[in-house]
Amino acid sequence: MFNWLHPFAKPETVYHLCGRLYPWLMALAVLLLLLGNIWGLAFTPPDYQQGDSYRIIHIHVPSAIMSMGTYSAMAIAAFIALVWQVKIAQWSVLALAPVGAVYTAIALITGMAWGKPMWGTWWVWDARLTSELILLFLYLGVIALSGAFSDRQTGAKAASLLAVIGVINLPVIHFSVEWWNTLHQGASITKFAKPSIDPSMLWPLLISILAFKVLMLALLCLRLRNAILLNEQHRPWVKTLAGGH
Amino acid sequence: MQPRRQKRLFAVLLVIGLLTGAVAAMLYALQQNIDLFYTPSQLVDGLGKDKVKPQPGQRLRIGGMVVKGSVKRDPDSLKVSFDLVDTGPLVTVIYEGILPDLFREGQGIVAQGVMLDATTIAATEVLAKHDEEYMPPEVAEALKGIRHVPPSQQQSSAQQSGTEAKPAEGRY
Repeated sequence: MFNWLHPFAKPETVYHLCGRLYPWLMALAVLLLLLGNIWGLAFTPPDYQQGDSYRIIHIHVPSAIMSMGTYSAMAIAAFIALVWQVKIAQWSVLALAPVGAVYTAIALITGMAWGKPMWGTWWVWDARLTSELILLFLYLGVIALSGAFSDRQTGAKAASLLAVIGVINLPVIHFSVEWWNTLHQGASITKFAKPSIDPSMLWPLLISILAFKVLMLALLCLRLRNAILLNEQHRPWVKTLAGGH
Repeated sequence: MQPRRQKRLFAVLLVIGLLTGAVAAMLYALQQNIDLFYTPSQLVDGLGKDKVKPQPGQRLRIGGMVVKGSVKRDPDSLKVSFDLVDTGPLVTVIYEGILPDLFREGQGIVAQGVMLDATTIAATEVLAKHDEEYMPPEVAEALKGIRHVPPSQQQSSAQQSGTEAKPAEGRY
């Protein structure tokens, strides 16, 4: 059933595929990022309650959504790496972890900058903020664990296990605002109902979310290519590649 | 599927399953402690199945909606008192200090402080809670009848043209 996938387990194929995809993904990401953010930050109307302060939503929400999206992608790759022991999947885990960690940090920092003028505090230990902070620690744990062993293979395996286990945190983050009472408000768009955000503000937000997603894929291509070269440096195809220049 | 892979698949799924169960049990046990604040009805009627009521002198957070017309300011100082409500009883909050920009009647707030008696809290910190709705001022005026007031002018009573406080709205 999955035979069509088999060529993509071969590092050389993936290396060239990523090389071809990268410029397109990066160009698209930059374009969408400029469009979404300039539209959202400069040209949307102010909010009826929060005035102009709410505009940080156009960075906060995309990075928060993609901090969880990147973690899902990383956890799926880790699961494949553990069960089927596909090397590409293992390297993808390590390629995605820093990207997700930076998204999480952006979400936390912009959230704090938003919380100060609106709520009146930089930080409060409510369920949403705390579980998002745990997500950052999970990312840092995956990065640290992968480098904690003298053998790269063992480190990647341990990191994959942590990545899979940490997936439990994702539903906790998402539903934290429903299960418990928190200072953080409920979901505006990630719910099965009409988004509670006006269309004039929603469109740039959706574009920014897409931009962060495409940027994640572009960075994955870039970092995966490096990982492939690093791990396959003694293979003939890499030597041919290096000698060809 | 190869037996070796099958074994690994079951091992990983078992680990995820057990951990999910453990985390779910833990969060369930901690349920009341993870809540950031008491609502006014929880404060008065008690929390959970056992109806545990907080004691006077206890430090706690209270979250609810500011009752319309209940905000009383001392003209000579920063002292202010207001009532909070969710669906039932009222709780009075006394506070001395600067209120957040979003503070207004009908707004959800979270106050941290010491419980003085069954329905009074002396707050040391007042935080504003906002809902998940975002819309331009014109839409808000058309939809909800709320006039946009820049935060700098909010402390006047200019925002009184808003809708009635609906305690059932939101999760307070």
